[in-house]
Amino acid sequence: MAEPATDLRDQVVAIIARATLLPVAELRPEARPEDLGIDSLGLVESIFALEESLGIRIPFNAQEPERTAFDTSTIGAIIAGVEALVAARAGSSTA
Amino acid sequence: MRRRVVLTGAGTVNPLGGDVDASFQALTEGRVAIAPLAIAEAQRLSIRIGAAVAGFDPSAHLPPARAAQLDRFAQMAVVAARQALADSGLTPGPWQTTAGAILGTAGGGLATQEAAYRAVYAEGRSRVPPLTVPKLMGNAAPSAVATDLGLWGPSFALASACASSNHALALAVQMVRAGSSPVMLAGGAEAMLGFTGIKAWEALQVLSPTGCRPFGADRDGMVMGEGAAVFVLEDRDHALARGAAVRAEIVGIAMGADAEDLVRPSARGAERTIRAALHDAGLTPDRIALIKAHGTGTQANDQAEAEALHAIWGEAVPAITAPKALHGHLIGAAGAVELLTCLLALQRGIVAPAPQPADPALSLDLVAGAARPADVPICLSLAFAFGGLNAVLALSRG
Repeated sequence: MAEPATDLRDQVVAIIARATLLPVAELRPEARPEDLGIDSLGLVESIFALEESLGIRIPFNAQEPERTAFDTSTIGAIIAGVEALVAARAGSSTA
Repeated sequence: MRRRVVLTGAGTVNPLGGDVDASFQALTEGRVAIAPLAIAEAQRLSIRIGAAVAGFDPSAHLPPARAAQLDRFAQMAVVAARQALADSGLTPGPWQTTAGAILGTAGGGLATQEAAYRAVYAEGRSRVPPLTVPKLMGNAAPSAVATDLGLWGPSFALASACASSNHALALAVQMVRAGSSPVMLAGGAEAMLGFTGIKAWEALQVLSPTGCRPFGADRDGMVMGEGAAVFVLEDRDHALARGAAVRAEIVGIAMGADAEDLVRPSARGAERTIRAALHDAGLTPDRIALIKAHGTGTQANDQAEAEALHAIWGEAVPAITAPKALHGHLIGAAGAVELLTCLLALQRGIVAPAPQPADPALSLDLVAGAARPADVPICLSLAFAFGGLNAVLALSRG
């Protein structure tokens, strides 16, 4: 069961890399978007790309990013959030 | 005494070339950049020719992340504006606090708009990319130029269809004359050469399936082009004080409306605006050595334009040049890119040719076949738009 999770992490990083035009190697879990030069527009682009590619809906509001349920403070937090949403979708679709 | 306005910088990306020198070379050779369109679904178009900026590579000029934020028309505007600023020799300074960029565009970010419509209507998607609005807005080009060059003054887009660039240049001249800023950038950018752009113009029945032959007896319409040109306009005293090279002086401007018909050109409206530009420049008609015509290649425009010229000059209409025959009609960027034809004549004494001669019935001395060497101290640049909006510039060697 660990394999799909690892694939998903790679997938998330690859999607963010494409959206932000950053090399995959720079998108380490502890990296914060602002330190990578990802501004609010870059974040919105990344969220959009994740939603489109993975078929999920991410609860993110660019107006008030700090008050939304989805944690975008680090790349790792984004990956964890996406994993949870994908898992929830899988749970609901098999229920 | 009125401030004099000179042109100290020029930059362009257009179907004839990626900068001013390449454009001058192509205009001198009379090279035609009109070719079969290489766009998706061209088989669904009845018009399949255009003048594209072939091989334009935004990543050669902009970091990929920046290029991705801009529609094609804005990318080309930034490249042209950078060239213009470099050409002017201006270095960072106080002029930036009042300088702005006024750029004509008729369509704005049409490729972005088309992609968004395709996503929601054709592909059934429920959402479009987040940057759709900031990429498609008409002011994306001047905003990008202001940001790129660090201009804090008035920057905005100006829309008057095919006269947009001439209006932008005329307005910038007025601002420099008024003392609002010693430096202004002005010009235009257009990238309408996509499927929906051609499809819309096709419906109006003004596009030629064969080529652009301004004032020709067998003319059958206009050919769409794309591209950008931007110029640095400067208070002459400011330019001379810093030892700038002056390409030309804009000695007169006029803007007017036919107030007649939405699409049918008016000889009276054109004549009024040309006369107003001559008046603004303090010139009598006989001082004009060359007229850069609007010359779209449609039956209606060229007939009305010829009537306007004869109304002013009688049988002594000066030589005319019609560069749309070479680079097509750049719509909102037309006046700006066609100003290059004026600069070539003023600066190098070369008048760009159209491939075909004019219809003898129009009694016009259209430069055709090969470039004509000519002493051109003063010329006019005409632009007449759908909606009956006209803008005319008078230029001298400065």
